[in-house]
Amino acid sequence: MKKISGNKLLVKALREEGVDILFGYPGACTIDISDEIYKQNYTKVILPRHEQALVHAADAYARSTGKVGVCLVTSGPGATNLVTGLATANYDSVPLVCFTGQVARHLIGNDAFQEVDIVGITRSITKYGITVKKREDLGRIIKEAFYIARTGRPGPVLVDLPKDVMAELGSGEYPGTVNIRGYKPSTTAHIGQLKRAIKMLGKAKRPLFLAGGGVNIARANESFRKMVEITKVPVVTTIMGRGAIPTDHPLFIGNLGMHGAYASNMAVGECDLLFSIGTRFNDRITGKLHAFAPNAQIVHIDIDTASISRNIKVDVPIVADAKEAIDKLLEYVEVCDTAKWLDEISVWKRMHPLKMKLKNGVMQAQDILETINEVFKDDEKIVVTDVGQHQMFTSQYLEVNEKTRMLTSGGLGTMGYGFPGAVGAQIGNPDSTVIAISGDGGMQMNIQEFATAVLEELPLILCVFNNTYLGMVRQWQKLFYGKRYSMTDLRSGAATRRGEEKPPTYTPDFVKLAESYGAKGIRVTKPEEMAPAFEQAKKNRALKVPTLIEFMLDPEDQVYPMVQPGGTLEEMILD
Amino acid sequence: MDNTMRKRWISLYVENQVGVLSKISGLFSAKCYNLESLTVGTTEDPTISRMTIETLSDEETYEQIKKQLNRMVEVIKVIDFTEISVVMQELMFIKVKNCSKEDKAELFRIAQTYQAKVRDYGHDSLLLEFVHTAHKNSAIIQYLKSEFKTIEVVRGGTVGIEAITMPKR
Ligand SMILES: Cc1ncc(C[n+]2csc(CCOP(=O)(O)OP(=O)(O)O)c2C)c(N)n1
Repeated sequence: MKKISGNKLLVKALREEGVDILFGYPGACTIDISDEIYKQNYTKVILPRHEQALVHAADAYARSTGKVGVCLVTSGPGATNLVTGLATANYDSVPLVCFTGQVARHLIGNDAFQEVDIVGITRSITKYGITVKKREDLGRIIKEAFYIARTGRPGPVLVDLPKDVMAELGSGEYPGTVNIRGYKPSTTAHIGQLKRAIKMLGKAKRPLFLAGGGVNIARANESFRKMVEITKVPVVTTIMGRGAIPTDHPLFIGNLGMHGAYASNMAVGECDLLFSIGTRFNDRITGKLHAFAPNAQIVHIDIDTASISRNIKVDVPIVADAKEAIDKLLEYVEVCDTAKWLDEISVWKRMHPLKMKLKNGVMQAQDILETINEVFKDDEKIVVTDVGQHQMFTSQYLEVNEKTRMLTSGGLGTMGYGFPGAVGAQIGNPDSTVIAISGDGGMQMNIQEFATAVLEELPLILCVFNNTYLGMVRQWQKLFYGKRYSMTDLRSGAATRRGEEKPPTYTPDFVKLAESYGAKGIRVTKPEEMAPAFEQAKKNRALKVPTLIEFMLDPEDQVYPMVQPGGTLEEMILD
Repeated sequence: MDNTMRKRWISLYVENQVGVLSKISGLFSAKCYNLESLTVGTTEDPTISRMTIETLSDEETYEQIKKQLNRMVEVIKVIDFTEISVVMQELMFIKVKNCSKEDKAELFRIAQTYQAKVRDYGHDSLLLEFVHTAHKNSAIIQYLKSEFKTIEVVRGGTVGIEAITMPKR
């Protein structure tokens, strides 16, 4: 075979891996790769305006399509700008392959211009990372990177490419198979363990399913719904697991955890069998550990052995892909006698339904989300959130079902994820309605992506829940810090420090800002303006422009219920 | 489950690649696992290194350590040495300084008793080499510390291998 450069081999590899979208930002160490992609002109390259936005976009692209998200950035600052996005993807098990440029081998270690040890920096926040030291390893390493990213518990893989390795001529062969001695992910469940779990399910008086993000990642929703309907066992989900079963399903209780529904948290407290699938039992969902599900035996299905019995001691551990395990379970499960248990739960549901304290004639987060549910009822849609109160409101009130998916940074809680995430989701799903929900804080963390969205003609609907504060932090300050609103007022600055009144203008004026990029902007201040604004945004989609809707909200709105940090699930602050 | 803290040993086969050692030790520091000692060297297969890891932990944490190691792509095999018969040794050098003549004579007797080698000596100092279990080496340090004014210790960390017949720890 003719010898080819590393750059050429990379492009060949991308083609063979079926990469049709590449998120890239150039620099000296990757300009040759950019050039090769240009010459071969086969893939769509998206140029976000910041590498952090780039990796979030690739992440949401991957989450929403099930494909591997691919990033290409330069060495040094290009690579370090990936860090937050890699950690975000790692925590939420998102398959990414990130190519970073690196200085030539003879310069590595010399403090060369734009040299950083990115593999070292990201070691603890990637599934795997490697610098390609020899040209002859390049093909194998790329092949392995894609394989590692998407198999087992998916995650981000970083491949660092020294410029001279990429220039060197070598074999043009791209391997067809992978064989990694230390990496043999198993997906099939141990049948004996599954049977033990089923036996326990049959004996339980108050069984409860807990679905985490693993159900969504494995695309096990359909199977899971079937299992729930056969067994008649009620379901709670984590935020990442939201949508594992349609949220209007009669057996769905709600989210559990810090901002979970009252009935869900009570049900966890009272259940005698917690049958959990694809969750890490993160502290945000367990509350005080030793008071978590105190009366329950616990079954845990997870693809990652290290997630089992880490926080919560498990009685029946099952290492498996969620879909494979549930499909196997479907062959054996039977209806459980849950009538009495469901009655108890419905009492809790009626006692404290999820509801904001309604204020007459004043627009609240709940109203906005209910309007979204209504206006976009028939749309295939993806809702991408940022992080903060608006995220919790969305996870409480957004209806998630076969038509609707919710993407959110659950594990790391990354502000700035929402907008670029929406960009990536829309690119991967051109026919879906993509709605971003962000706070005025988070929106400003990646606001430059208007350029990408406008130029790529993405008909996004961007909702900014503007409460003029870093709302979620303010909520803690209000509840636990004597209302000392330190560092959370987004409109204060020098004038406030001088004791002057707050500047009355919008900071920024999101509507004008959207318009300055060539997007549409709408401001909503009253409840009756909500639906028309969404209708307008829906129409604007035909114009292939993004529409930003800024909702002016009351800073006093709080997310309830709330479990105090370190408290037990059953001790909720209700309003 | 046994939740008492105790010493536990892992033998680890890993890819012989740059960065693997720091990834393994980085896991221990990032997750706040105790790392008593870690030794590493290549095996009969130059692409594979073998590590001996000693940790002080409870059973639950230890299970996590093994799982976390197992899920690393570079880790080929994790063997729990805690409950199986193994031969384990540690190389240790001790330099005893400010010795009198009597001290030196005493040190030669000590060397004989502890099967140590005298590797070097001068006017007022003496260099001993011990190869024992880490436990015994620790005891020797304690003893020499109490008997002599100044000692300097270098330990190599434990290496271990499955025993053929005789367990020795
Ligand atoms: C990158 C990053 N920095 C800081 C935080 C801590 N944090 C969590 S929520 C929040 C406030 C978010 O405010 P905003 O975006 O206005 O949304 P709101 O809570 O008001 O809905 C902050 C600062 C974070 N999660 N991510």
